Amino acid sequence: MKIVVCVKQVPDTTEVKINPETNTLIREGVASILNPFDMYAVEEAIRIKEKVGGTVIVLSMGPPQVAEQLKETIAMGADEAILVSDRAFAGSDTLATSYALSKAIEKIADVNLVICGKQAIDGDTAQVGPEIAEKIGIPHLTYVKKIEAISETEITLERMNEDGYERVQMPLPGLITVVKEINEPRLPSLKGMMRSKKAEIPIWSAADIDADPAKCGLNGSPTWVKRIFIPEIKCQGEIFSGEPEEQVKFLVNALVGRKIVV
Amino acid sequence: MGIKIYLEKCYGCKVCVPSCPFGLIEIVDKKAVIKDGCNLCGACVSTCKFKAIEIIRDVKVTIDKSLYKGVWIFAEQRNGQLANVAKELLGEGRKLADELGEPLVAVLLGHNIESEAKQLVAYGADQVFVADAPQLEHFLEDSYTQVLVDLVQKERPNIILMGATAIGRSLAPKVAARLETGLTADCTGLDVDVAEKNLLQTRPAFGGNLMATILCPNHRPQMATVRPKVFKPLEPDLGRKATITKVDLSKTQWEIRAKILEIVNEVGHSVNLEEANIIVSGGRGLCDPKNFELVRELADTLGAAVGASRAAVDSGWIPYAHQVGQTGKTVGPKVYIACGIRGAIQHLAGMQSSDIIVAINKDPDAPIFKLATYGIVGDVLEILPMLTKEFKKALG
Repeated sequence: MKIVVCVKQVPDTTEVKINPETNTLIREGVASILNPFDMYAVEEAIRIKEKVGGTVIVLSMGPPQVAEQLKETIAMGADEAILVSDRAFAGSDTLATSYALSKAIEKIADVNLVICGKQAIDGDTAQVGPEIAEKIGIPHLTYVKKIEAISETEITLERMNEDGYERVQMPLPGLITVVKEINEPRLPSLKGMMRSKKAEIPIWSAADIDADPAKCGLNGSPTWVKRIFIPEIKCQGEIFSGEPEEQVKFLVNALVGRKIVV
Repeated sequence: MGIKIYLEKCYGCKVCVPSCPFGLIEIVDKKAVIKDGCNLCGACVSTCKFKAIEIIRDVKVTIDKSLYKGVWIFAEQRNGQLANVAKELLGEGRKLADELGEPLVAVLLGHNIESEAKQLVAYGADQVFVADAPQLEHFLEDSYTQVLVDLVQKERPNIILMGATAIGRSLAPKVAARLETGLTADCTGLDVDVAEKNLLQTRPAFGGNLMATILCPNHRPQMATVRPKVFKPLEPDLGRKATITKVDLSKTQWEIRAKILEIVNEVGHSVNLEEANIIVSGGRGLCDPKNFELVRELADTLGAAVGASRAAVDSGWIPYAHQVGQTGKTVGPKVYIACGIRGAIQHLAGMQSSDIIVAINKDPDAPIFKLATYGIVGDVLEILPMLTKEFKKALG
């Protein structure tokens, strides 16, 4: 069983704040982390390996410094990690990113299962996983919360939707994206940490994965960013004052009196 | 290909400096300099009044854009029932189609779904394509992509909108990748550039801290998923007339790899936040998981659903299914009551389209008050029981 897990280095967006005076992002002290949703993907891959045997390969695309951070996944129990990195990939949208990652997965070869987190917390697109699957020509399923059974040729799982979930069977090779309900990611073991220190993370260039320059980076990206701005928060509300009892009465009158709550 | 600063146009005004989400612009000798690590996101370009920054692309336009016409909406159905987001897409799609002078077309895939097709007309469609087959009764990526891509290649729409739902967010990227076109996820604002027939797609990025407007200028169709509960449906007009076209599937060679074994509906005993009229949400200000009982009591009194902030969920006080926000659910109820929630931007991104927002928080400077229609400054543990009692009295 050969499993590839796609991960992304992201700024910890939960730590990003807006400076209300200048209305700009405060970036100081915002750490780069591995996308939290991807850690569930790494954990699930390790669990599958522990159950049915195999290899777990972590794959990422990003600037060279990501290589160091990928070692965290080796400390958890991944067998190897590979970084795809090249200036040619700068400016990639989801289509160009999935093209590059799909070429890397084809180079890894004979992969049974690709696992991605449901989305990355910086872009929140949830698109790269399904797009990789389509580029490689394998089926995919999203929002997976439980794997019931798995072999090298077939997976049975539960995937979430708005109404509940579906039990679905899919032939492998295939790709799944996982949600946080699926597991609780483990902490690195001492042995894993020792191993990760010595691990070499290969860095693959666009040429290494035989990528067509026309499909990479800006040139391979149909979508362009026209403008980025800080969302305005409207400020027109009514803040009550007085004793708590009075404030509560004001509120109930406002909502019930105006037939908003009936 | 890359980013270029035209030094003769740059006056070193520094306006671009804070626009870089990665902090990579520096002013050296009164000129902007981009440091290593730029990922060409383009955030700085529109901030420069002097047009001194440009993203340079080797653009090869390979399609004739004038051949692509029509605003399409994917009319999602689950268990034979039209999803609300389909009606919302028709409402917004109607505006876009009228501005562009193009037809608004709904595409409905399913089995025995005639009556839903008529609803789509009532909600604003000029034409409805109905693909009806047992293979399409329940959503599967392969069958839906196959039918949709065939139809798109034949009919050549300019724009395709889908709901940013579990189905839409799995289907749209597969379709976009097969068509080799652009896709913008989870939009909360749409507009058109009539001259270029471009869709201006605005969406939260960076965990909701930033908004980005995205274009897909040289590829067609332009595809976007749209967040549910952001746009409003039109009033249904049962007298509207439109063409309902059956899609011919007689020659379709089905290639469906996955198989549904069982469909489990949990809505009854889970949390249907998306459909709730009133939501009472709790945050870290509740101090202790057992105080969620106060939130539940108020919710029961009002017939409301219970929501929660990420902080409360991460603390293990309440399951993830209750989480409202950028990484949880997006809701748009009539009334949203935020109890002990400060209002991190991640939370606001998931509830700001609520009609009325009530904030209860002891910190008058909490960001939630900026968004609130009504605010009570006080201890949520003291206020909540009073509120429940007062509502019980008022509602009899």
